[in-house]
Amino acid sequence: MSHLTDLPTWAAVIVCGLVLLGAAIALVGSLGLLRLPDFYTRLHAPTLATSGGVILICTASMVCFAVLQNRWVFHEVLIIVFVIMTTPVTLMLLGQAALYRDRVEERRGVPLKQKPLPVETPEDGKE
Amino acid sequence: MRTWFPYPLLSLGLLIIWMLLNQSVAPGTIVMGTILGVSLAWVTLKLTPARSHPRRILLMLRFGASVFVDVIRSNIAVALVILRAGRRAPNSGFLTVDIDIEDENALALLACIMTATPGTAWLEYDRGRKSLLFHVLDMENEEVWINTVKRYEAGLKEMFA
Repeated sequence: MSHLTDLPTWAAVIVCGLVLLGAAIALVGSLGLLRLPDFYTRLHAPTLATSGGVILICTASMVCFAVLQNRWVFHEVLIIVFVIMTTPVTLMLLGQAALYRDRVEERRGVPLKQKPLPVETPEDGKE
Repeated sequence: MRTWFPYPLLSLGLLIIWMLLNQSVAPGTIVMGTILGVSLAWVTLKLTPARSHPRRILLMLRFGASVFVDVIRSNIAVALVILRAGRRAPNSGFLTVDIDIEDENALALLACIMTATPGTAWLEYDRGRKSLLFHVLDMENEEVWINTVKRYEAGLKEMFA
């Protein structure tokens, strides 16, 4: 990675700023995991890293290698897209598991499962 | 046309991904990407995913831009809440909102957007009632959050009409 020193100053400043900002956001997200009081609020903390953190660090990588290799570099966009596409799966799974557990334990402050609609016959579902 | 290209958008997307991964626009890459895109679309045919027809590219771009602004804004908001969490417990809570979207892909996109935006977490969608239960980290006023989700809903409905 010695050729990183070839990076012109203006690009180095931009890349440094983006990487540091992205890392700071990811750090705050991890800090949130530690400091927030209950499970549902802690659910929000890692999304900081998966949205802001990933976008900023991937942008930094794009700028860095585009300037170094003197051409457009776009494939980091794929990382952003795949991370944003796959996070909801894990997050919904965790959220639903927590919701199920709290409903079984009848913990207070958790919304109850809504009763199914009264007029629901099998024919209605198909239409 | 349909038999050869069952999912044209999917094939095109796979071709673009292939070109991005190889980082080249050489003819060989394009040929290989096209073969992969078309043949994988046939494989997908067996899975019979829900078909939807997104329209209006311009609308989509504007919607994407507004989501991007929301992501940045809520990143800052959530970071501030976490940093202040030691002194002041976050005022979090559950919200329910009625969402009238039939299209499954639009719903999936809504889930992606709401998860990518820190501060809102999608918890449960009730198909019978068409109501969505989600959790909000900082509930200063409920109206704002409900209006945000309603705005996304309206945008998605327009696109997947």
